[in-house]
Amino acid sequence: MTADLRTYLAHVELPNPVLTASGCGGTGRELAQFSDVHRLGAFVTRSITMAPRAGRPTPRMAETPSGLLNAVGLQGPGVEAFLERELPWLAERGARTVVSIGGGTVTEYTALARRLAGVEGITAVEINLSCPNVEDRGRVFAREGAAAAEVVASVRAATPYEVPVIAKLSPDVADVVAVARACVDGGADALAMINNPIGMSIDVDTMRPSLAAGTGGLSGPAVRPLAVRCVWQVHAALPGVPIIGMGGVTTGRDALELVLAGACAVAVGTALFHDPYACPRVLRELEELLQERGFDRLADAVGLAHRPAGAQPRTRTDLEESSL
Amino acid sequence: MAGSPVQVTGTVLTTRRVDAYHALTVVAPGIADRFRPGHFVTVAVGGRNSSMLTRRAFTIHDVKPDYGGTVELVFGVRGAGTAWLADLRARDTLDLVGPLGRPFPLPRDPCTCVLVGDEHGAAPLFALADALQQRGCRIDFVLGAPSADRVFGALRARRMGETTTLTTEDGSLGMRGTVTDVLPGVIADARADAVYACGPMVTLRGVTAVAAEFGIPVQVAVEESMACGIGVCMTCVVPVIGDDGVTRMVRACTEGPVFRGERVRFDDVGTIPFDALGAPGGRHA
Repeated sequence: MTADLRTYLAHVELPNPVLTASGCGGTGRELAQFSDVHRLGAFVTRSITMAPRAGRPTPRMAETPSGLLNAVGLQGPGVEAFLERELPWLAERGARTVVSIGGGTVTEYTALARRLAGVEGITAVEINLSCPNVEDRGRVFAREGAAAAEVVASVRAATPYEVPVIAKLSPDVADVVAVARACVDGGADALAMINNPIGMSIDVDTMRPSLAAGTGGLSGPAVRPLAVRCVWQVHAALPGVPIIGMGGVTTGRDALELVLAGACAVAVGTALFHDPYACPRVLRELEELLQERGFDRLADAVGLAHRPAGAQPRTRTDLEESSL
Repeated sequence: MAGSPVQVTGTVLTTRRVDAYHALTVVAPGIADRFRPGHFVTVAVGGRNSSMLTRRAFTIHDVKPDYGGTVELVFGVRGAGTAWLADLRARDTLDLVGPLGRPFPLPRDPCTCVLVGDEHGAAPLFALADALQQRGCRIDFVLGAPSADRVFGALRARRMGETTTLTTEDGSLGMRGTVTDVLPGVIADARADAVYACGPMVTLRGVTAVAAEFGIPVQVAVEESMACGIGVCMTCVVPVIGDDGVTRMVRACTEGPVFRGERVRFDDVGTIPFDALGAPGGRHA
């Protein structure tokens, strides 16, 4: 017996819940050397920007205990080159592609959404809200509900109704539930969390910051408890909204933890740097863990940790149905 | 690229000390089969449940057909990851991914090549020398390091090369100075047609400048810190001029590590040149 691992992002069905995290799967070609991209629940692209971007100077990466600091700066070829060279390749391979978009202004996000509208082979659009807002002294959109909702609303309006819009949230906020609620009110069909919290490391030999950019996003198992907390809080407040959980998932056990907290899909990020086979492995491990616990559907496990203490472990109520 | 890379759990066959360095021979048939000089591998360090998330990249020093195929890596202990590797014993297992990267291009016709290696950067040069000699090329070695115990592969170079010039910064072996100090003389004496170089950026920059003076092609293998080695993390970028004349931040792991020396903007490594594609405020933005 195999468990039913199908999951839904709004109305879009994915055959399994394991995705790549934005910015961690390259163009897809790099991972395809190791395993098929169409076997992923979905392939999430790096954040695509309007114009080509050279990114940040090196060093861009510093290893920290169970974590990784990075400041890549959204290096990419720009939306036109992406649509010309990268998306068709993914579509050809049968990958379900979630296109992540990043911009410095609401106008840029909207322009990107318009450019992507109607393009074949886009399963969903994910909005990377952790970009500095150049119109607001470089503060990131995700840090405040109104700024995030403005981007979400304009992208939602420019995107065809059959393509779900996912808002990716940052944990670096006072109240993640408030930002999540604002995004959903703005029209987000699903939420993704967490983006990298900002960290810093200093090289004690050179006595300078380890990264050229000074600060960088922290990822890896070091941030997993943060991800579990955010998913838990948002799922508790908005049980009907699909959540893609991410942050330090390296094994099926980690994926199940996020699922129990309320995520209906899980993205694997930094683990791909360590193990290019991480996605199929996490999926296999997750399936085994679900079976061991007697689940025949992934959906039955979503948010299950929220049940009151002492309740039956598998109360198959229609409540879970809503978070499909 | 010769085939696609594979991930294997290799068994350590031997470990040995080579002067200041450690050498590790690992049984990895899938990698040895596909190997071409200049390829590298990445290894996961710290074992299962390691807190070290990035893979360590090493050039392949040698491959041998024993046990279906082995690869040998040479490294110096620089941090917790390499210290863990240095503690491995025979029969331990090691997670390897490879072969990765763009190998050294080889000349079509026999010619004279100078192979320059700084410290253990010299490791990949011997497999390259083998391949070149099979094509009837003459090889001259220039190997350097800060001190005698850190000059890698001097004996093997003497055996393989027409001439071998050694340099140390403290004068404890060979000529006092750096490889770039002696390189013009070696190129002139050998009437060299091409240069291959491995080592730190500053050495590669010097070697490229010398080769440019002589107007001969130079292939350099860059050492840039990597997290994944397969092209997904975007941390190992260097500014390189493309065929179209446009500078791009390219990944040392997939577009490199071997580049034509004159294409690498060594002076701008560690920055985003203002005229690079997509540079902030640049004309392409």
